[in-house]
Amino acid sequence: MMALDRGDRPGRRDRDLRITTRTPWPMMLPALVAVLFLLLPLAGLLVRAPWTDLPQLLSEPEAFQALRLSLVCATAATGLSLFFGIPLAWILARSRRPGISVLRALVTLPLVLPPVVGGVALLVALGRRGLVGRYLDEWFGYSLPFTTTAVILAETFVAMPFLVITVEGALRTANQGLEEAAATLGSKPFATFRRVTLPLIAPSLVAGSVLTWARALGEFGATITFAGNFPGTTQTMPLKIYLLIQNDPDAGIALSLVMLLVSVAALALLRDRWLSSGARL
Amino acid sequence: MTGASPPEATVGASTIGLDANIVVGREDFELRAQVRVGPGEVLAVLGPNGAGKTTLLRALAGLLALREGHVEVGGARWDDPAANLFVPTTDRRVGLVFQDYRLFPHLSVLDNVAFAARARGARRGVARTGAAQVLERLGLDSLAARRPDQLSGGQAQRVALARALASEPAMVLLDEPLAALDARTRLEIRTELRRHLSAFAGPSIVVTHDPLEALVLADRILVLEEGRIAQTGTPSEVARRPVTEYVARLMGLNLYSGCLAGPGRIVLDGGGELRTATRSVEDLAEGSRVLAVLSPGAISLHLGELPQGSPRNVWTGTVSGVELLTDRVRVAVTGAPDALVDVTAAAVAELQLSPGQEVRLSAKATEVTAYPAP
Repeated sequence: MMALDRGDRPGRRDRDLRITTRTPWPMMLPALVAVLFLLLPLAGLLVRAPWTDLPQLLSEPEAFQALRLSLVCATAATGLSLFFGIPLAWILARSRRPGISVLRALVTLPLVLPPVVGGVALLVALGRRGLVGRYLDEWFGYSLPFTTTAVILAETFVAMPFLVITVEGALRTANQGLEEAAATLGSKPFATFRRVTLPLIAPSLVAGSVLTWARALGEFGATITFAGNFPGTTQTMPLKIYLLIQNDPDAGIALSLVMLLVSVAALALLRDRWLSSGARL
Repeated sequence: MTGASPPEATVGASTIGLDANIVVGREDFELRAQVRVGPGEVLAVLGPNGAGKTTLLRALAGLLALREGHVEVGGARWDDPAANLFVPTTDRRVGLVFQDYRLFPHLSVLDNVAFAARARGARRGVARTGAAQVLERLGLDSLAARRPDQLSGGQAQRVALARALASEPAMVLLDEPLAALDARTRLEIRTELRRHLSAFAGPSIVVTHDPLEALVLADRILVLEEGRIAQTGTPSEVARRPVTEYVARLMGLNLYSGCLAGPGRIVLDGGGELRTATRSVEDLAEGSRVLAVLSPGAISLHLGELPQGSPRNVWTGTVSGVELLTDRVRVAVTGAPDALVDVTAAAVAELQLSPGQEVRLSAKATEVTAYPAP
């Protein structure tokens, strides 16, 4: 029995009877380099962090302001994505109309679109002279660009597709038999969605929300293009860090550290789904 | 959508039962079946896999629209393509127990059973009180707080039935209710199910491929084969006078079709002939189509001389298979006609039966039951 156990060192506690394949060195070496490459910069961040000045750097009003704005905008963008994205995901998953696959491709385009291009597109559409923005300005005297609302819209534009594809996948694999059962019990379609479908896809909903929120939090290109870089109203953390790193690297690193912390927290929230290679629901 | 009002008003008036003429088609399969079930009556729909049993239930429940025909329950029309009428499942009040139960995994047993009341707008407290009463009535109150994944198969089946009954259905439909259970649980639940279905005032339909289930649970059996009704009748009629090979096999009988050629003499379609002492075919004209059944236990096997006072049906054949059943051995014999013969294990040893062996078969004329072919 132990003879089969070639890949494992003898004496391991779990005596796995599968023949585990040894990793060939042409795979091992590049993989090691990849791991180093991914982790080294993060380690660098920790090493170079101005630990002693950290409290002082982070209590700067401007830093705090940027952090708060980032959190508020990312949360708002996630809320918008949930409100509009869940129904969209439902239609993409359930509708059998022709053209649905084209629609799916179109709405997930922001996933692969360079964010700067997204920002430009938003300006062209919603800017003061934009397709729609022109009327906002003419009729209501309201100009969207360079406002906090613009930040939220830019982040929603970039991040919502993450929610849509996550939720759509969950809806696709969710047990539709349960929806049939609900119908036989007199439940109308929307009530069934609320009472049966939504609770069933809750894990994916959480995962999708965390992904969306993290993506919105890190958004840079679309935001700076469409909303500009005004402290207090549109200057989010990534923008602030980019600015600081040129003039005051220590402060920039300190804020980066905060973002790293937030990302690790987001990953921890997802750990059940992602770190266990999809074993658990 | 439809011009139909929900059939709520007719729930109490269950004096009419189900009247349906179902025509449903997929590309490669068509189901055509006239189904009538009286109030309080239990109909078993028996048939092999792919016969259209589940399709029939789905059409009745409104999960599938009819192509032609109609569905009427308690005097209310639910589906009538000619009149462009279709009442959606939501408004039909069918208590459908799915084969895989389909309990809501995120809800407790109590909330599963309270689901229908909630869906129809009852407050949570009211719905739960009602559900608790149903659970108590069915002896399931101890399970109320559990989640579906904490239930055994038998318990899940009971809860699924409770949930269906709690929705105050106009009709109860059960799809292979016992198929997923082990033998002992099946026996238990079958008895309970019989009791609950008798207590239900509306029409019920149990879909099954298990003949015993159909015989025990149903007042009437409908046999469905390849999308068509092969036979309907009371359990004893179906068990004693099967009209298709499939039903005969289920009931463990040899079935022969042929023509009457003189009094008590049947010339079989597959070759050979049988003598019968059945009185009911005496009045039939010569040449009438008849069916005859012969129980495998009523046929004897011999190798040499026949015993004295020999029975009226004697023929030869070749053993083609020997299969051990729990308490006897079933021997398949090809000849004119073919036959399944039950013998004791001792007889197999004594006769040293093996495939390819020539044997003589004999059966008394009184054991051959004949009846007109449908």
